[in-house]
Amino acid sequence: MIALAAGGPVIPTFGGGGSSFTCERANRLFCSSWLSRNWGPVLWPALRQHIVLTLIAVTIGFVISTTLALIAYRRRWLERPVLIITSILYTIPSLALFELLEPVPGLGLSRTTAEVALVSYTLLIMFRNTLTGLREVPDEVRDAAAGMGMGPLRSLLRVELPLAVPAIIAGVRIATVTVISLATVASLIDNEGLGVPILTAISNEVFKTELIAAGALAVGLALTADGLLVIIQRLLTPWTRAA
Amino acid sequence: MSTSTTAQIEGPSAFPQAAPLELRHVCKRYAGQREPAIPDLSLEVVAGEVCVLVGPSGSGKTTAMRLVNRMIPLTSGDILLGGRSVLEREPNELRREIGYVIQQVGLFPHQTVSDNIATVPRLLGWDKQRTATRVHELLELIGMDPDDVGPRYPAQLSGGQRQRVGVARALAADPPLMLMDEPFGAIDPITRARLQDEFLRLQERVRKTIVFVTHDIDEAIMMGHKIAILRQGGQLAQYDTPAEILTNPADEFVAEFVGADRALKRLGLATLAEVELLAPNGLKPGANKVALDTTVRDALSQLLAAGGEPLTVFDEREQVAGIVTLELLGGLLGNGSLTAGEPASSGGQGGEPAT
Repeated sequence: MIALAAGGPVIPTFGGGGSSFTCERANRLFCSSWLSRNWGPVLWPALRQHIVLTLIAVTIGFVISTTLALIAYRRRWLERPVLIITSILYTIPSLALFELLEPVPGLGLSRTTAEVALVSYTLLIMFRNTLTGLREVPDEVRDAAAGMGMGPLRSLLRVELPLAVPAIIAGVRIATVTVISLATVASLIDNEGLGVPILTAISNEVFKTELIAAGALAVGLALTADGLLVIIQRLLTPWTRAA
Repeated sequence: MSTSTTAQIEGPSAFPQAAPLELRHVCKRYAGQREPAIPDLSLEVVAGEVCVLVGPSGSGKTTAMRLVNRMIPLTSGDILLGGRSVLEREPNELRREIGYVIQQVGLFPHQTVSDNIATVPRLLGWDKQRTATRVHELLELIGMDPDDVGPRYPAQLSGGQRQRVGVARALAADPPLMLMDEPFGAIDPITRARLQDEFLRLQERVRKTIVFVTHDIDEAIMMGHKIAILRQGGQLAQYDTPAEILTNPADEFVAEFVGADRALKRLGLATLAEVELLAPNGLKPGANKVALDTTVRDALSQLLAAGGEPLTVFDEREQVAGIVTLELLGGLLGNGSLTAGEPASSGGQGGEPAT
């Protein structure tokens, strides 16, 4: 119900008038002329908003899930409750979650609501990966660290966390791609991001250029972010490539 | 570059700090277990000597070792390092003073060999130059090229190289005591023999007090100045020199543990240099020759292979040192004249400190 009314103009904004819109009027599948005219006013701002939405969600999710994983690493009993709660959050259909959050006082149709939902989807993946990464540090490595007099905090920061980095980044990669995809749906709530042109296009029965362009941008953004994270991992863990 | 403030690998006198270790009525009882893992263990290790803890699994040898650096908390009793109770010490500070080598080595996979070796010096707050110099020195000490091996990651080393680096890491801050838990247990037999030899030569230079855990009696005989044989249930069956344990096992358990070939093992402790050889007069040097630094055990084997024909013994200057016969060696075991105390590295310069 929150839905499409929030989504701005529903008819594609051809922009201006006159005879230069033959492609649009003919309802061809993809009109590059539309793309070049609307990159500045529509797509570029939507892409920027999308990046901001994703960065905020992944950062907050990373802080929360890493904190929980570090606590659960020392206090085993915490693992099950955290897994149960984050799994439930993860399985709620995104549309339903937005609908559930919208009436909560202080949230409503806002970016905050969108971020709460997006963050909740990142928790399970990043929590589980970080915890697994820490648990998979070989016992003898932990034993050697303690036996040389490192102490638990030093061992965690200098040995265990660095060794868990590949698993942690693997979690961040999945979470990031998930958020980029889900953030298009979040446009229903906060009316920003690449979801806006997609929703606009969906409500238009015939004109699809907007849908294709925004969808492609979302895919491209996901691939780029994933690639960047792979590069970051390689820089952080040169030892993983030593054979 | 390698002259430094820590150039202490010159000889035993450069290690005044090798500390004596004493276990006093040590008891370890794990929570929820009826029988203590170690009921009451007392033993003393002389500074600069190797004490081997040996026994079957479940004899508490690793537990006993880990009590020393407080990796396992003591239930009762006391442990004194250099006359001072380890219980008075802050555990992490204590551990930085005790070299620690374990079977799986436990090198940090994300750090280079140099960084691994620098672990304890960095914990102790050494400056960069001193740490780097020490790392360089240790890699040379274990026979590795610092510029080649230093920047590598542990995954790029062989099992034997990793174990050597583990020993170097434990030696980094020049600890007065080393704890070694089956350090060569996961290594193939050929490499293991070489590492054992290297280790004995290294120990001749650095003269650490060492507690060495193994389940292999032959390794214990080879490495230890003294051997503590533990039986199931953590009781000390015998604590003595290898020669004494082989000659006079305390009981059935020890006799069985050291093996039916204990007479042969005893012969392996001494070289022909320690045997009063027969004078060569009257006998012309035969075709069967043997070097003076051969172990008595190997000489016996050669005698048997030669069908009992006497062997002519040559010293390192190729001079005839004497004659050895089956009868001579047979007599040695009976009269107890073989009481070699020093572990003999097969490289062979006995117990002389390197100068």
